[in-house]
Amino acid sequence: MLTVDGLVKRFGGFTAVNNVSFRVEQGEILGLIGPNGSGKSTIFNMLSGTLIPTAGSILFNGTEIAGKAPHRIINGGIGRTFQIPRPFHRLTIFENVALAGYYGQGSHSRARADEAAERALAMVGLPTNRHAGVDGLGAAGLKKLELAKALATGPKLLLADESLGGLDEHEMDQAADMLRKIRDELGITIIWVEHIMGVLMRVVDRVMVLDHGEKISEGLPSAVASDPRVIEVYLGTDADSSQAAAAEARRRAGV
Amino acid sequence: MNSRYAAWAVGLAALIALPFVYREPYHLHILVLMLIWSFAYTSWSIMGRFGLVSLGHGGFMGVGAYVTALLWNHLDITPWIGIPLSMVAAGLLALVVAYPCFRFRITGHYFVLVTLALSGIVLQVITATRDYTGGSLGYTPNRAPSGQGLLALQFDDKTTWYLIALGVWVVGLLIWRWVDRSMSRYAMEAISEDEDAAAAAGVNVTAEKLKITLISALMTALAGALYCQYQMFISPDTVSGIAVSLQMVFAVIVGGLYVSLGPTIGAIITILLAEGLRIGFGTKAVGWDNLVYGVLLVVFIIFLPKGILGSVLDKLKAQPKKPKTT
Repeated sequence: MLTVDGLVKRFGGFTAVNNVSFRVEQGEILGLIGPNGSGKSTIFNMLSGTLIPTAGSILFNGTEIAGKAPHRIINGGIGRTFQIPRPFHRLTIFENVALAGYYGQGSHSRARADEAAERALAMVGLPTNRHAGVDGLGAAGLKKLELAKALATGPKLLLADESLGGLDEHEMDQAADMLRKIRDELGITIIWVEHIMGVLMRVVDRVMVLDHGEKISEGLPSAVASDPRVIEVYLGTDADSSQAAAAEARRRAGV
Repeated sequence: MNSRYAAWAVGLAALIALPFVYREPYHLHILVLMLIWSFAYTSWSIMGRFGLVSLGHGGFMGVGAYVTALLWNHLDITPWIGIPLSMVAAGLLALVVAYPCFRFRITGHYFVLVTLALSGIVLQVITATRDYTGGSLGYTPNRAPSGQGLLALQFDDKTTWYLIALGVWVVGLLIWRWVDRSMSRYAMEAISEDEDAAAAAGVNVTAEKLKITLISALMTALAGALYCQYQMFISPDTVSGIAVSLQMVFAVIVGGLYVSLGPTIGAIITILLAEGLRIGFGTKAVGWDNLVYGVLLVVFIIFLPKGILGSVLDKLKAQPKKPKTT
């Protein structure tokens, strides 16, 4: 579904993403993890058109989308959320999502937009009444709204950016289940960027690990969790603690 | 909702009937000016309400007025064709200036500065080409021979002008309302808050901004052309330049940026203020109105950012709800 080849992004002399290649298969959930500044969000921004890659190609269903304008990519079937929710405060919750339904599906039909908004809001568990404002939402509510906006654009591939930051453990589990439900019920392929490894490992089919803009590991959660390079990146090299952490990661991943 | 439409219908009928029962020429003149400027201010607010603060609208107005008059005087092109042509010219000018701004994300203060330059440039061009435009002395469309008033869009009769201005003003309000209810409003609100997030919702940010800018510029040019046809005299200071642009910002902010009749209230206030100063202090007060605008603008932005009408409507909306909740 998505084939990324030799993706590079430089900001001046700093290389944020260095020669990263990967594939995403139809219907899978790919986890994308890595420490702060490892290039996860930069990759997302290139996939969604917010940033133009310095080099490399991004094939989405056989079409080259690298460097295309964001609205074209969104209309082409990719939806995204932002790491920090970016709701439109001057619109109601419903209008926020209806906007995405109207412009994101490329159909520019108001009826279809309202329909998409209702479905998306129901999916993430937000009220579908037309008058509720954004300002009443808490952290979890804003994350749901962010997801609903992305879903309303009718994506085939969803880029979910750090959906769980700022949530408590119960909310985290709920959000993780939500992503799985989106894949299972709507058949949407997902790339999920996340700091918190534990919850992610439980849901994803495959994981890719980035460090300093480079891919250092990729594979099944259980394999990646015990990859020494991943352990080093996440936990430093102290042998005892890293082994303990690896054990913890394996336990979390349900291996 | 129906009572609201009824109120509009009654109000409009009263406005249409007015010149047939009340014919005092000076007052009708003031009303025509109010209607034309209300339309110009409404045009500005169509983009201004979304944070696209333009100080270039004096330029669009100048293009509307001067292109119409020049085509008539030099090429004998009737304003019926000249006005659409002047609107096209203003629209092209708007696209030339706005497209690079929007494409390269020139927003906020920087956008204001670019549009400020546009006003200045149009003013300079009018002044510099004085052989054609009369420069700072102003310009007068040639009088049409008697019997050809309709062709030349020149009427001595104030009632006719009043009705034309009223019609255009109503069209302006309808366009405002159409934008307000369209999906473009959602898109523009979203863009004004966060362009990247709007793009992630699938909005073609550049195209949406251009669309709204174009509508606004076309309407403003029409206002300039009408002003020219009505006054039969234009000068760079009255229809173009930075002073006119600032006057638009002032009037809209005082009247109310986010309500359809806000710019109209702004026009009523600015024209009453200018006329009051003129009658009260005569030539001594030339330019005082701009001083008062400046001071009031600061006061309004700080204390009444929604403008007079916006704040009044908020109060009215808030009150009836109270008994229900308690």
